[in-house]
Order: sequence, then structure tokens, then C-alpha cells
Amino acid sequence: MKQKSIVVAAAVFLVLVFGLGAVYYQNQKAEKAAQTAKENAVALLRAHSPSFGNISAPVHIVEFLDPACGTCRDFYPRVKQLMAAHPGKIRVSVRYAPFHTGSDQVVRVMEAARNQGLFKETLEALFASQELWVRNHTAHLDLIWPSLSGIGLDMERLKADMVRPEVAQLIQQDLVDANTLDVTMTPEFFVNGKPLPSFGFEELKKLVEDALAEANRK
Amino acid sequence: MWISPWTLVFSAWLVAATATLGALFLGEVMGMLPCVLCWYQRIFMFPLVFVLAGGLFPFEAKVVRYALPLAVAGLFVASFHLLLVAGVIPEGMTPCTQGVPCSKVQVQWFGFLTIPLLSMLAFLAVNGLLICAHVKSSK
Repeated sequence: MKQKSIVVAAAVFLVLVFGLGAVYYQNQKAEKAAQTAKENAVALLRAHSPSFGNISAPVHIVEFLDPACGTCRDFYPRVKQLMAAHPGKIRVSVRYAPFHTGSDQVVRVMEAARNQGLFKETLEALFASQELWVRNHTAHLDLIWPSLSGIGLDMERLKADMVRPEVAQLIQQDLVDANTLDVTMTPEFFVNGKPLPSFGFEELKKLVEDALAEANRK
Repeated sequence: MWISPWTLVFSAWLVAATATLGALFLGEVMGMLPCVLCWYQRIFMFPLVFVLAGGLFPFEAKVVRYALPLAVAGLFVASFHLLLVAGVIPEGMTPCTQGVPCSKVQVQWFGFLTIPLLSMLAFLAVNGLLICAHVKSSK
């Protein structure tokens, strides 16, 4: 019997150390992320970034996004709903974090489409057809064209705009900023400069609601 | 000093459980991606926790025979990994072509303690303890 209690006590102890360690580590990490975001506020927002919603909205979400990322695709309609639930109160800026192989080429397409005023339509078409052009975590540029045919893009102009040096520069700047802000996974959200304490849509929603409440108090 | 075979197997279990939770902490909490060789080491370490626990109640000395193959195989992988990190085995020979390269040192505590070294020490301890338990119980 004594042996049994030793083993049970050891198991409980190990699991407890694991659990407390995990909580402690998460807290430290969240604190550090908040600190990093605070110190690098300049890197969070660039004038070049596309954005949705009211420009002077009290709540500003910055999303680091990869068009080839499945979770980004799943978050898109939910963030859109969140914006619709608070009309005029939320602005979303998109920063690029093309971490998937080949994804930077797709970002070039998005930027070129922005020149034609079709950014949103292109992003939505890309997300809708993501399964067709992302294979094995690799984005295939040649597979995206069929899904972009219906939105009225001037393809010749698009292909010319894709290779412009400003576009490459913009992507490069976003990647540098992602690195500065310790963004290693997508999507990553910052609400009025604050990172998510832990990842999840509920956490994002809560942070947005807190920011809305704060804005209402002012 | 007399140490019972039970205590030796229990100690081996303790090492395996600590190593398992440690690996899970690095992977799931700290978000470090395991490389291919790390996965093989996990494959040999994780079941030891359950196999050894099963042999403790009621104590069955034969558990060593079932656990030792896992521990020995794990020790081989860990040694291979360590040699790879040390540069003795060239990177080109590794099975890691995608994801995290196995030769990349992700963490280094106190200037020398790396994850593959910890893994090898854990497998060494488990092997040693199990062999001692086997020798003691067959006397």
C-alpha cells in the first residue's frame, strides 16, 4: 500500500509541476508579448497597410495574416461578423506574414488587386478556394487563377503590378515588423496595440469588447 | 545498501514520466516544434511511462524485458541525435529534410545542456536502472 501511495504522490506532484509551470510560462509570455508590442508600437502600424472599416473607429485590430493559412481563413468571417456587430466601431488593418512557402507570391497578387480596388474580393476568393491552391503547406501561384476569374480583375495589369518593387518592399517591411513583434504564427491579432493574452477567437472578442467599453467610457 | 528491484523500476518510471512531461512542456507549452529525431525519441519514451507503471502493481520483474527494448532503441536515437548536433555525423545523412532541422540547437541551458543531451541522459538512466533491477531480481 505504501508503494502505491508513493507512486500516486509522485504522479500528482509531476502533473502539478507541469500545470503550474505551464500557467507561469503562459503568464510570462503574455506579459513579454504585451511589453514587446508596447515598445514597438511603430512596427505595428504602417501607412501602407490595407484596412477595412471606419478609419477613425475607436477599436483598431491589426491582423498579421497569411493567405495560405487555414486558421486565417476560418477567422475571416468571424472577424467580419464582429465588425458587423459593432458598425463603425472597428477597423481592421491587414499586415502580411506569408510564412507558407510560396505565399509571398499570393500576397503580391493581393497587393496588385488592391491597386484595382478589388482587395476584399480577391482575399475572399482566395480564402474560398484555399484548398485548391494550398497543397502540403505550400502555396501554388499557378493554381489560384481559376478562382480569381469571376471578380473582374484586369489580369494583364495585375501581373505587371505584382512584380513592382514597392510590393516586394511592402512585404519585406511587414515581415521585418512581424519579426520585431515576435509574430511567429498566423493569424496574430493586436487590438489597440495589445496582443492576445492567449490564442483564440473568444480571447479576441473579449479584447475587442474591453476596448469598446473603454472607448465608451471616454 | 539494499535497494529493492521495485524501487529501481519505480525510479526508472519517475525518469520516464519526468522526461515525457518535459517533452510535452517544450512542445505544447513553449511551442517548440520537435524535429524528426525528437519524434522517434518521444515514440520510445512515452510508452515507458505506461509499461513501467503497469509492472509496478503488482510488481512484475519481467517488466524489464518489455521495457528495455524501448529504452535501448531510444538510447540509440538519442545518441545519434547528439552526434549529429556535435557535427560528428554530417547533416546530409539525416532524415530531416522538412520542418525543423535536427542539427539546430534550439535551447542551451547553463551553456551545455541541450534537449538531445537531456534525452540521452534520461534514456541512459532508464537503461541503467532497468538493468540493475534485472540483475537484482534474477539473483
